[in-house]
Amino acid sequence: MIRIVFLSGKGGTGKTTLAAAFAARAGDHVLVDADVDAANLHLVFRPEIEETGAYSGSKVAVRDDARCTACGACREVCRFGAVDETFAVDPLLCEGCGACVTACPADALTLVEQESGTWYVGRAAGRPMAGAELHPGEEVSGKLVSVVKEKADGLAERANLERIAIDGSPGIGCPVIASTTGAQAAVLVTEPSRSGLHDLDRILGVVRHFGIPAHLVINKADLSEPLAAEIEAYAKEQDLPVLGRIPYDERVIEAIRVGRNPVEDSESPAGRAMAEIVARLVDALDLTGKEAE
Amino acid sequence: MRLAVASGKGGTGKTLIAANLASTLARRQATCLVDCDVEAPNAHLFLHPTLTQHEEISKRVPIIDESRCTECGACVTACEFKALAFMAGNALVFEELCHGCGRCGLVCPAGAITEVDHPLGVIERGLAGNLAFAHGRLHIGEAMASPIIRELKRTAPEAETTVLDAPPGTACPVISALHGVDAALLVTEPTPFGLHDLRAAVRVARTLELPAAVVINRDGVGDDEVERYCADEGLPILLRIPFDRRIAETGAEARLLIDALPEWKEPFERLADDVEELAK
Repeated sequence: MIRIVFLSGKGGTGKTTLAAAFAARAGDHVLVDADVDAANLHLVFRPEIEETGAYSGSKVAVRDDARCTACGACREVCRFGAVDETFAVDPLLCEGCGACVTACPADALTLVEQESGTWYVGRAAGRPMAGAELHPGEEVSGKLVSVVKEKADGLAERANLERIAIDGSPGIGCPVIASTTGAQAAVLVTEPSRSGLHDLDRILGVVRHFGIPAHLVINKADLSEPLAAEIEAYAKEQDLPVLGRIPYDERVIEAIRVGRNPVEDSESPAGRAMAEIVARLVDALDLTGKEAE
Repeated sequence: MRLAVASGKGGTGKTLIAANLASTLARRQATCLVDCDVEAPNAHLFLHPTLTQHEEISKRVPIIDESRCTECGACVTACEFKALAFMAGNALVFEELCHGCGRCGLVCPAGAITEVDHPLGVIERGLAGNLAFAHGRLHIGEAMASPIIRELKRTAPEAETTVLDAPPGTACPVISALHGVDAALLVTEPTPFGLHDLRAAVRVARTLELPAAVVINRDGVGDDEVERYCADEGLPILLRIPFDRRIAETGAEARLLIDALPEWKEPFERLADDVEELAK
């Protein structure tokens, strides 16, 4: 099994649009939307949902007012500032660790499971797809990503598919690490900006930390030629292969607006560039697959 | 006033807005910019602060004294994060899964558990001209951003006005950044992705009972669905920044609009007035 994860560090560089291009052009695979707290891949594909479920991965402490003696033991042990002066628990700050439950001498506190998101499996663009959305403010984004990855593994097994493409989250923390572990290849999408380069360096650090080979794509490349050149120089220095450049193109936004995959727009310079990049990526993955054998 | 600049979707221009707004406010009163995006911090690229204070941020993780441990398993059962396990008679700690809550130490009947610091990242503070500045950086390979954000906010320089540049998304790091602020300024773009994630950001603001207003960046691309949504939801649109190559280049080079393109001074002055009104 080869898992390919699309990442960027900085948000808004075009991960999802490139993942959508991959989905349309890269042959049989399972598609995964792992950006669970700003899921957008379904806006490109409008998948037919076959199965959906609630995910209850988090807990919060709930107080039984009748039993509480206001002794304050809970507030003393809580390291997350979730218990206020009146010894009420703020569910948004509560990590669900249960330290207060242990500390309470009056058995006034219990941990209660909470629904923290929903997952789905279905079909999009003729392929199996899995995804999820986290309820706003929930803290189990990494766990929900792991749930979606398990669903995707099941889909791949059933359909006898060898590849899984994962659209990841921005950043370098919890959900990114969850979507990155177990991947065999990472595609890093950047843009020619100081912020893009700064965050590329951070996400490259993460994928190399986990020993995952990475490829680079420079999106909106013509918005700053000097910075695009600087990023290419950085990639060379880091031994990071560049799959290609995508020009800035408003037809991409228009395509998504009318529910069309931008890579299918043959009039679009960005669409054509993405098709070429996906072809190069598939060649590179074929090589990875052969080396694995 | 404590104002958070947030977005849902990444890359909409949060940092561009936060840096220009904070610089504008700093000409009026003591102002601090706190970059809460500790996974991908970028505000320092715009503001070039001189960072004079550095502080390591850690979480407390357990170590188990084998000579005292009776292998009763109370710690393993109590841990909600599966960060403790017994394997071949040895108690193991998975530090990356540990939230540092200390419950294992509370339940251990043998006094076998003490704690050590596990480094998560750093906090740096300094000055960018007359603007006070603080940001955090999560270490590569670490998962937990929220403890750094909480500490960053707790230790931020005192100021009349604090602008917090929030991380993207709607998960716990965003809550850590937005908790306790007076208002949220939501930056979006007029595209289907922008609208979808703006809705999620509005849900977060409403959950936290924060007054919210919107900035539309790259105005003119896409469609007017965001505008319609804001009208339906009663969300004031305080600023529109058109898609324009000069603006895109200024942002790409991490230069302040109010310095590079002086015609933007006045719109940011008005935005500063409006957010002060919003936070009242």
